[in-house]
Amino acid sequence: MKHVMSPIPSALEISGLVKRFDRTAVDGLDLNVRSGEFYALLGPNGAGKTTTLRMIAGLLRPDAGSIRVAGIDALADPVAAKQIVAWISDEPMIYDKLTPREYLEFVAGLWGIGPAVAQARAEELLSWLDLAPHAQERCEGFSKGMRQKVALAGALVHDPRVIILDEPLTGLDAGSARQVKSVLRERVNAGGAIIMTTHILEVAERMADRIGVIAHGKLIAEGTLEELRRQAGRTNGATSDGATLEDTFLALVAEQAQAA
Amino acid sequence: MMPGSVLWFARHEARLAWRDWLSMITGGRRERLRRVVVAIVIFAIFMHFVAYWMVGRYADATLDASMLMTLSTSILLSWLLMVSQAMESMTRAFYSRSDLDLILASPVKANRLFAIRIATVALAVAAMAIPLAAPFIDILVAFGGTRWLGAYGLIVAMGAAAAALAVGFTVALFRLIGPKRTRLVAQVIAAVIGAAFVIGLQVAAILSYGTISRTTIMQSRAVLANVPDIDSIVWWPARAAMGDWTALAGVLAASLALLFAAIALVAPRFGEYAVAAAGAGAATVSQGRQSSFKQTSPRSALRHKEWMLLRRDPWLVSQTFMQMLYLIPPAMLLWRSFDDGNGAYNLLVPVLVMAAGQLAGGLAWLAISGEDAPDLVATAPVPASFVLRAKVEAVLGVIVVVFAPLLLVLALASPWHALVSAAGILIATTAATAIQLWFRSQAKRSQFRRRQVSSRIATFSEAFSSIGWAAASAVAAVSLVLAVAPALIAAVVVAGAWAMSPRTAAA
Repeated sequence: MKHVMSPIPSALEISGLVKRFDRTAVDGLDLNVRSGEFYALLGPNGAGKTTTLRMIAGLLRPDAGSIRVAGIDALADPVAAKQIVAWISDEPMIYDKLTPREYLEFVAGLWGIGPAVAQARAEELLSWLDLAPHAQERCEGFSKGMRQKVALAGALVHDPRVIILDEPLTGLDAGSARQVKSVLRERVNAGGAIIMTTHILEVAERMADRIGVIAHGKLIAEGTLEELRRQAGRTNGATSDGATLEDTFLALVAEQAQAA
Repeated sequence: MMPGSVLWFARHEARLAWRDWLSMITGGRRERLRRVVVAIVIFAIFMHFVAYWMVGRYADATLDASMLMTLSTSILLSWLLMVSQAMESMTRAFYSRSDLDLILASPVKANRLFAIRIATVALAVAAMAIPLAAPFIDILVAFGGTRWLGAYGLIVAMGAAAAALAVGFTVALFRLIGPKRTRLVAQVIAAVIGAAFVIGLQVAAILSYGTISRTTIMQSRAVLANVPDIDSIVWWPARAAMGDWTALAGVLAASLALLFAAIALVAPRFGEYAVAAAGAGAATVSQGRQSSFKQTSPRSALRHKEWMLLRRDPWLVSQTFMQMLYLIPPAMLLWRSFDDGNGAYNLLVPVLVMAAGQLAGGLAWLAISGEDAPDLVATAPVPASFVLRAKVEAVLGVIVVVFAPLLLVLALASPWHALVSAAGILIATTAATAIQLWFRSQAKRSQFRRRQVSSRIATFSEAFSSIGWAAASAVAAVSLVLAVAPALIAAVVVAGAWAMSPRTAAA
């Protein structure tokens, strides 16, 4: 799967994003993800990560702020933005009564992909994610890991420029997680942009080019792991050069809690 | 109370059942309870009037073959519906694994809990039947004396026998066709068992007497001449309902013995069956051939997906198309009355319109609310209105496929009735779909049976709209001018639903 995408300067630009429910879930968030970048969005439970991602995917409308996907204003022209975005949640939502191949055909139909291109991509993805032997079986008997892989294949079959992942590795076994990570890394190398939330900090540490830490709906730190370490050490003094992302993350969140 | 004892488990089950019932009645909002209670009281009073109108004249009935036949037919029909309900509950008990792991991993004797669960099914079935039967029994007691109180005892006996039969049948299916197929077969049988009996009687009446009334065949001279003597054991349930205490004691003893035997046989192995049932979903289903991707538009992809999901889910098909079973008698009537003039056709029009409205409501719920991958569809690069339109088209497509052949046959016999039916079907279908659209809320397709609970306004609006349009169509078949009034009432129902829908209220 060596699709190389034409370069776009900024895959995702978020500015002043606000979403309120009974409380403010996202509070003036600014975020920028470049093409060919793997961005991990971390934060404690209830920090506003999923709400942010759902707004980017077009599933929630923000109360204020702007979202631009590859230069397209996603709030003014959501259909054009959705054409180049893929969304995968932690709970894979697929159709039990369809086979993986039928599911991919349906997704390709929704995104208006021609049958020849869609079929070639589908076969490639099924093979890459080890789903080919199960391509003709209905998804109803699949394990959560297999369902997650089917959902991932569905997200990639229309060749998105921006992939939004909410806890994509939850419930995957080690082998499946490695397959998924490898597929995602390939997409980034091909020029795609990925923004992902995860509670598995090791994954963020290994895979992300940049990491954003969010708390109470606000971005409290952003940068490479090294930059985050420095930021946490400067303000907290509790982290060192060899600190893991977990140490750094906890230090940043603790600092934010104290400040609040 | 000793933890792990039968009583302890009974209290645990009673608490769960009570909370489940409360949640179902109030839609999960306790503050609604008072309103729900008031509504139930009003409905109960109304039902007593209906009961007086329907059975008041039977209060002083004496034991004769005609009365025993009428009562026995009603009891048999009610009991089949109770068996249907018990089978549905029993399948859920086997296949729901919410607390199965906890129970089987605990050091208590699980068969005690399973015995309680089977008994709970019997109690629940009887408890659901009593409120429905109570207005009729109360009227008979009020005007015919306390002897009719025996009917309450009969309901308990019927619940016990229904649960015993359901558990026996489900276990037999387990052994014969395996846990995977049992779920589907049991649920389909549960869905059609009661309807099949009514339809069978109607079809027999149509073929023999040219009338759709199911009571005709049971009251016919030919049947009454060949029924057993009134002292026969066959009539014991009917006699029990009429206050023959010996018959009641006999029916109760036999039913409870049947239930205890079923519990004694099945409870010790219930865990084994439940574990087998839980593992049944893991088996994969091979689909066979592999076809090439086809050129398709997003709208056609959505429509095709809806039809494929419906076609591949026999349980949903059985639930959704239950209404279609009721079309068999009118279809038979149409066939039989082909040369008999307009009377039968006037009867057909509302039946067709009513069935179309109900079917469209179920299908619209599946297509609009029962979307299993809502995020996928919502993130697709098509406007939301476009998705809704495609789904509505999918619903209308099924309605056309089901009703077009009937309308074509009707058009050959009476073009006017076919035209009125087609108009009625179109309006009833549109109204039912619109109501589902206004009250849409995200749910899993597997929650189809519980869709009525999520919004009672939608459920009642849909039912009254279908009834209203069916009535308007029936009148329109005779006089277009007279049809204006029922059509207006139906339109008011639909407008009321729109006004009360969450989206309108929020706007």
